[in-house]
This record gives sequence, structure tokens and C-alpha cells, in this order.
Amino acid sequence: MLAKRIIPCLDVDHGRVKKGVNFVNLTDVGDPVEIAAAYEQQGADELVFLDITATNEKRRAIVDTIEQVASQVFMPLTVGGGIHSVDDMQRLLKAGADKVAVNSAAVQDPKLITAGAEKFGAQCIVLAIDSKWDSASQRYVVYVNGGRQATDLDVIQWAKDGVAAGAGELLVTSMDKDGTKSGFDIPLYQALTAAVNVPIIASGGCGKVADFTTVFDQTDVDAALAASVFHFGELTIPDVKQTLKKAGVTVR
Amino acid sequence: MIVIVDYDTGNTRNVKKAMDYLQIQNTLSADPSAILHADGVVLPGVGAFKKAVDALNERQLVPVLKQVAQQQTPILGICLGMQLLFDRSFEFGETPGLGLIPGEVVAIPDNLGVKVPHMGWNQNQVTQTDPMTKDFDQQSTYFVHSFYVKTAAKYILAQADYQVKIPSIVRDRNVIGMQFHPEKSGRVGLSRLAAFKELVENGNYSRNRS
Repeated sequence: MLAKRIIPCLDVDHGRVKKGVNFVNLTDVGDPVEIAAAYEQQGADELVFLDITATNEKRRAIVDTIEQVASQVFMPLTVGGGIHSVDDMQRLLKAGADKVAVNSAAVQDPKLITAGAEKFGAQCIVLAIDSKWDSASQRYVVYVNGGRQATDLDVIQWAKDGVAAGAGELLVTSMDKDGTKSGFDIPLYQALTAAVNVPIIASGGCGKVADFTTVFDQTDVDAALAASVFHFGELTIPDVKQTLKKAGVTVR
Repeated sequence: MIVIVDYDTGNTRNVKKAMDYLQIQNTLSADPSAILHADGVVLPGVGAFKKAVDALNERQLVPVLKQVAQQQTPILGICLGMQLLFDRSFEFGETPGLGLIPGEVVAIPDNLGVKVPHMGWNQNQVTQTDPMTKDFDQQSTYFVHSFYVKTAAKYILAQADYQVKIPSIVRDRNVIGMQFHPEKSGRVGLSRLAAFKELVENGNYSRNRS
């Protein structure tokens, strides 16, 4: 059966890997090729590159970054951030990405998902969603522009609509949990996995090995993503995988 | 020289990157003469079966690939490239393939409680000892596909379990297929490409499997 995937996320700004705490306050942690190779060595199942400043600034470097990484590291690569057109997707896929993640631009124009899926296949198109719980309306609300701006979209409904439009996978970040190290947002992923039948990547909140066990034990997500805990060596992928294996979770 | 057939399909350049990384001499080409004179041929492929067959036909490559197989040149089909080696596919109607290995391509059933496409890392079981399956048993490789091959057991060297048994490496003499992406499967995948190179160099492909 398919292994549950452990995915480090590299935030990239002008060709350098950075990690924002709650999407702000950036700290340089290095060269994307070296970091990607180190994660491959550790047993990461996939890498996600997020061009973090892309939505607000002109971007160029990410295509070169992916080209360089894909020449040295032979594992699935997903790239997101600032993808606004099928041409943007094509450039990244041609550079060596296996999947592209769309976020704000897909909210603005859901036809982008369909156009990408028709041209490259649904398995190439990841819909990234930034989610925040709204206690007034008692629902998860979609945020765009790197989590800076609320929309009136309901996360669960948007997930369904995105899949219907052609998204082959969802990468859902809980803004409530991101940066807190208090564990993944279990109710969010329970609701999402009940609503759609495509693979879901859980993101935001992991601080310890047990958080991975919990998210795979209590929800049907296919993958879990983390950044700072891996980047700063607080957790290692072999540790996470050994613990998951002991808990009966299928890992590679 | 190994020629990677260049017919405008998605993973071509990643296959080339992996071969370059392994320092395997290779070139991208859609030129019939280059393909006919290659020491080994790699047929990549992602996407829809019929579109790929159309793209091969546009370049007059179907008879070329059949001749390559006939003259005992090692061929490696990857992902959709593997599926193209078989007789026919039932993806969006019936489309004839290259017919280099007997068998057909059918949809992964979506009523077995597994998600389709079959996307991610899955573990392989080696069913026949072969240079292509050396150190491969229980190793995981990266798959992305919605259709799979149905063929006789004698052509299957390794398989992965996804409620149905998915043939992951197939072989009939000089014709080899890999359903997973060796160019995206880390060390295990790269060593499959290296094994293919060995086969091309050592000519260990005349073994009669039928």
C-alpha cells in the first residue's frame, strides 16, 4: 500500500531557502540544492518549495532553483507561490517540478485549476489552501496572499469545488496552528478527508514526533508537511518514520 | 549511446537529468535514424495513452520503435512509456499500443477503497530474479498513474500491491518497462537506470523468457 509521506517544506526567496514564522520574520537557512539533497538522504518522500514572496513581488529565481535541484535530487518536487497562469506552471514543470501548487490565483480564478489539469493532468495540480477558524461564523475561512487577506470562502466547500475543478491533491495549512508547535489541526483534516477523495497534505503546527503519529492515526491525510522543526534539526525524518512504523503507520 | 525518445512528453527532461547525473551517455532525439542506431532506447511518457500514440505517429516513430525491438536493441519504457509497450489500452476507448509485450492496459478499479490515481511511494515485491530487479525486493518507488498493465506472469519481474497487483517492472527479452518513475525514486530508482545501462553495455538481453 502507499506509504504516508513526510514532506519538508522549503520557503524560497530569490533562490535562498528561508522559513518565516507565521509568514513573517525570515531567517536564512541556506542553499536549496544542498538542503534538498540532505533531505533526500534523510528519507524525505517529497519536497515542497514555496516561493514565499512571489505573490507580492516579481519572481524569476524559482525556475532556476528548481532546475538546479532537479538536476541533483531525484524525488518528487512540488512548487507553489505566485503561479498565475498555465505558462507559469509549464515553466516550473519543464524545469523539473512534478506538481505545481496554486493558491491565491485559483481563488481569484478557479478556471486556472481546470486549465492546468487539462493540460498537465490532475495529478500535477495541487490546490494549496490557507485556513483559519472563524469563531463568529463557526467555520474555516480561506485566506489568500500568504495568509494576509481573508476571503468569504468556506475551506471545506472550496476544497470540494477545487477538486471538482480538477485539483489532484490538496495542501491545507492551518493558520491557527502554524508556528504554534501544538500539533496538526485534527478537526480540520477530519472534515476535509470526509469531504473529498484526493490526497491531502496536512500542514502547520507540528512540534514533536507524536504530532505525526496523531495526524495519521486520527485522520485519513496522506502526507504531513513541516518546515522549521526539520530545518533546525529539532526533529529528524528518520526519527519520525521509525516512530510511525512502530505505531503501525506504513512509511517508506 | 542511449537515445531518450523526445516526443514532447512530460518527464523526458527529468529522465535526462537522472542519466546525466549517473554519467550515462545519452541524448534526446526524435530522429528515426538516431533511434534505430542507438545502443539503447528509453521511452518516457506521462499523460494520456492515445495522445502519446498520436505524438509517436506524428513523428513516424511507431514502426521505428517496433524495428528497434526486433533488432534486439534494449528498450526501457517508463510509466506511460511502459504502458505503450503493450498491445492496447482502454483509456478513453481502445487504442493500439506498440505490441512489443503481450498484454493490455486497463483502469485501476476505483471501487476498492483506494484513491485513483495511484500516486506516491509503494513497495515492490520481486517476482523474478533478473539484473533489473537486483536489490529491489521490498524497496519503495514513486508511482503516478491511473491505469495499469495486465500481462502474463512470465513478463512480470516485480509488482506493487494496491488492492490489485500492479506490475512495476516488466520484461520480455530486450524490452523492459517500469511503471514507477526511476528518475523520481531516489537511490533505488537511479540504480534501475544504472542496471539498464549495464544491460545496454553488456548485451545481457538475449535471455529467452518465453
